[in-house]
Amino acid sequence: MFNMEKRDKKLLIIIAVLALLAPFALNPFPTDSAMAQFNAGYPDLMQRFVIFGIFAIGFNILFGLTGYLSFGHAAFLGVGSYSAVWMFKLLSMNVVPAIFLSVIVAGLFSLVVGYISLRRSGIYFSILTLALAEMSFRLAYSVLTPITNGETGLQVYTNDPQILMGPDSPTVTHLFGLEMRSSYTLDIAGWSFDFAVGYYLSAIIMVAAFYLSIRIFRSPFGLMLRAVKSNQQRMNYTGLNTRPYALAAFVISGMYAGLAGGLLASMDPLAGAERMQWTASGEVVLMTILGGAGTLIGPIVGAGFIKYFENIFSKINNSVLHEWFGFLPDGLENGVIWVLEHFVGSGWHLTLGLLFMLIVTFLPGGLVEGGQRIAKRLRRKGADDDDAPGNKTPAE
Amino acid sequence: MSKSDVTRRGVLKTGAFAGTGLALPTIFTASSVAAYTNAPTGGGVTLGFNVPQTGPYADEGADELRAYELAVEHLNGGGDGGMMNTFSSKVLKGNGILGNKVQYVTGDTQTKSDAARASAKSMIEKDGAVMITGGSSSGVAIAVQGMCQEAGVIFMAGLTHSNDTTGKDKKANGFRHFFNAYMSAAALAPVLEKLYGADRKAYHLTADYTWGWTQEESIAAATEAVGWETVNKVKTPLASTDFSSYIAPVLNSGADVLVLNHYGGNMVNSLTNAVQFGLKDKQVNGKNFEIVVPLYSRLMAKGAGANVKGILGSTNWHWSLQDEGTKAFVKSFGTKYGFPPSQAAHTVYCQTLLYADAAERAGTFNPCGIGEALEGFEFDGLGNGKTLYRADDHQCFKDVLVVKGKENPTSEFDLLEVVEVTPAAQVTYKPDHPMFAGGELGKCNPGA
Repeated sequence: MFNMEKRDKKLLIIIAVLALLAPFALNPFPTDSAMAQFNAGYPDLMQRFVIFGIFAIGFNILFGLTGYLSFGHAAFLGVGSYSAVWMFKLLSMNVVPAIFLSVIVAGLFSLVVGYISLRRSGIYFSILTLALAEMSFRLAYSVLTPITNGETGLQVYTNDPQILMGPDSPTVTHLFGLEMRSSYTLDIAGWSFDFAVGYYLSAIIMVAAFYLSIRIFRSPFGLMLRAVKSNQQRMNYTGLNTRPYALAAFVISGMYAGLAGGLLASMDPLAGAERMQWTASGEVVLMTILGGAGTLIGPIVGAGFIKYFENIFSKINNSVLHEWFGFLPDGLENGVIWVLEHFVGSGWHLTLGLLFMLIVTFLPGGLVEGGQRIAKRLRRKGADDDDAPGNKTPAE
Repeated sequence: MSKSDVTRRGVLKTGAFAGTGLALPTIFTASSVAAYTNAPTGGGVTLGFNVPQTGPYADEGADELRAYELAVEHLNGGGDGGMMNTFSSKVLKGNGILGNKVQYVTGDTQTKSDAARASAKSMIEKDGAVMITGGSSSGVAIAVQGMCQEAGVIFMAGLTHSNDTTGKDKKANGFRHFFNAYMSAAALAPVLEKLYGADRKAYHLTADYTWGWTQEESIAAATEAVGWETVNKVKTPLASTDFSSYIAPVLNSGADVLVLNHYGGNMVNSLTNAVQFGLKDKQVNGKNFEIVVPLYSRLMAKGAGANVKGILGSTNWHWSLQDEGTKAFVKSFGTKYGFPPSQAAHTVYCQTLLYADAAERAGTFNPCGIGEALEGFEFDGLGNGKTLYRADDHQCFKDVLVVKGKENPTSEFDLLEVVEVTPAAQVTYKPDHPMFAGGELGKCNPGA
């Protein structure tokens, strides 16, 4: 149907089905069980999964294909969020103009940043993007406060102009009247599943973004980007100017980031400056590498993995641990909890760091490589057939 | 591969798919039957404690969490009951809230508005929290307060000192017990005049973000009203760790008072730099040079060590107060954790009790009912003397403490001494005061 190779079509369908059924898949434990702590199927987190998936897909178009490692991508996400919130403030709470403007503004901004920083490659490029992004963060945090509302973050107030807003327009973000935060809860024998409008909108956009990224990966343009990665000098010697290609990839991935930023603001109309901080830029690098840079599905997996840890592990506190290990004798219980408490709650960074080290050491191709290895082992007897999802050369 | 053969059939098919996709969510819009968000169903009620566990205010966050746990214990009838015994309202019986056992979930705000909102949202959406409380910075408090208003749950602000929290960013579902920058200024100015005279020249160093600005504005206005002159106001980037380059110009400016509108780590560093430059021992215009830190906390004083000696500031509460409420709270906190509570711990403990009490008096967890019960509520016995929760902006009005770094501390907790207790009347302002104007409370939102 979409003019794609069989293998890519399969991948797209898998992603679409997973996105559709995520509310079930992410809530495997009954609501009242002790394991419910690990459920991730609530609207806010599911939205984050797919939105950061979009962010990472876009980042991967730049990093996975051209090998240019940008350390400033969060700036585009932030710019996208600010544009979206401004649309809410000036026009109405409809998300469509907000998302459009966020993509356009992020695209223009990335054109400027890309034009400057793509004059260099390798580590210099990374440092340039980092510097520019950190500059934008500082500007947003204090200097540009009239536009960004500084530390507090840009919010929508009741006395904003909102010129397209009628007397009975919804006052929360909506898609032509369909409120983003409305959701339907399905209770089945102890399980509870949430289907939120905001999540499905983000998920549909994510599938579309994923489809676009497949097309880019498989196009002559994508091939050119890969050539830039493998040997840019040789390309230059053949008389080809590679910079326009790299710049195009940079702008495309900047627009993806802007789209993610606009969606974040559409789900929750607030744009904070921290979204642009270098740690946020580092996070998308981690997501891509963790999932598998250069693979199609890897970035989405990585984004889900990191967001899961951030939101689920950080909420396990001492009293939860005491509940779990209450069956142990007191001394042992306290010992176990003393060890574990450093890895959950405020220590979730530690757990994530350890896992990241393990994955990068033993699975240089990220989680996707892990999946491939398991898949290979499972059908070792079968023909030596290599069409595992997203089987691409991992980034070095 | 890049051939694009757009056929009528293909377009129709794609259109049909897209249409189905867009229409799909409409079947999910039916809202649930409950009258308000997260109405408790079983025997328990869940509160969400959203505090910074990592980042610059992690110390405050950790102390807040201790106080929350203590409050939950007391509400459920455990421990010695703490301030529940001294609280002027007597409806809390130690059997939870409205007969529901109090449970809680915790989250990490990371002192970032985004992370704080994500964490609060997961508490509301996943854990079914009916009230969110916490925050150790104004930016976060304002962001989470806005979110709670949209989601239809009550927000009981923790440590947030900016005028905006109950000023231009006030919300009907948000309530603040902590004092604010205006109150600090109103309490400090007369004491400053009394101790340092009416003829002074002040130089402000201000953390460059919302809270810093509102505090600078408040202090400058209040000190100018008693006759001081403001020589200069300099903004310092929030991430600064070395303030030497900002301190040197102070010496040549002719100013004889330095006001540090800094908090947390910023204040520790800027004060240390100022003392290292010998500002405290200088004579300018024939007067001793003085340093003022308008918002003080014991945790900050601890960080700055001996440098805080003799330095004036204001605080919401201090454990060395001698009223019954404070004594009861310090005793039960000390018994459980082995050291006295900070002002952050105190304010969140009060907020939890106030919420529970309001729910009990209203007979419901409905945010609108609780709002009504809290608005205009007068109480006593929570360590601050007679206090009013004003209906117009959901701000508590109570006495403010003016404190000074102790010259001879007897322990690592005994760092501040109370110079004066400024009565509530003196720090009260009109709800439409220009520093607080611009926002509206709006209507209470019960969600659902």
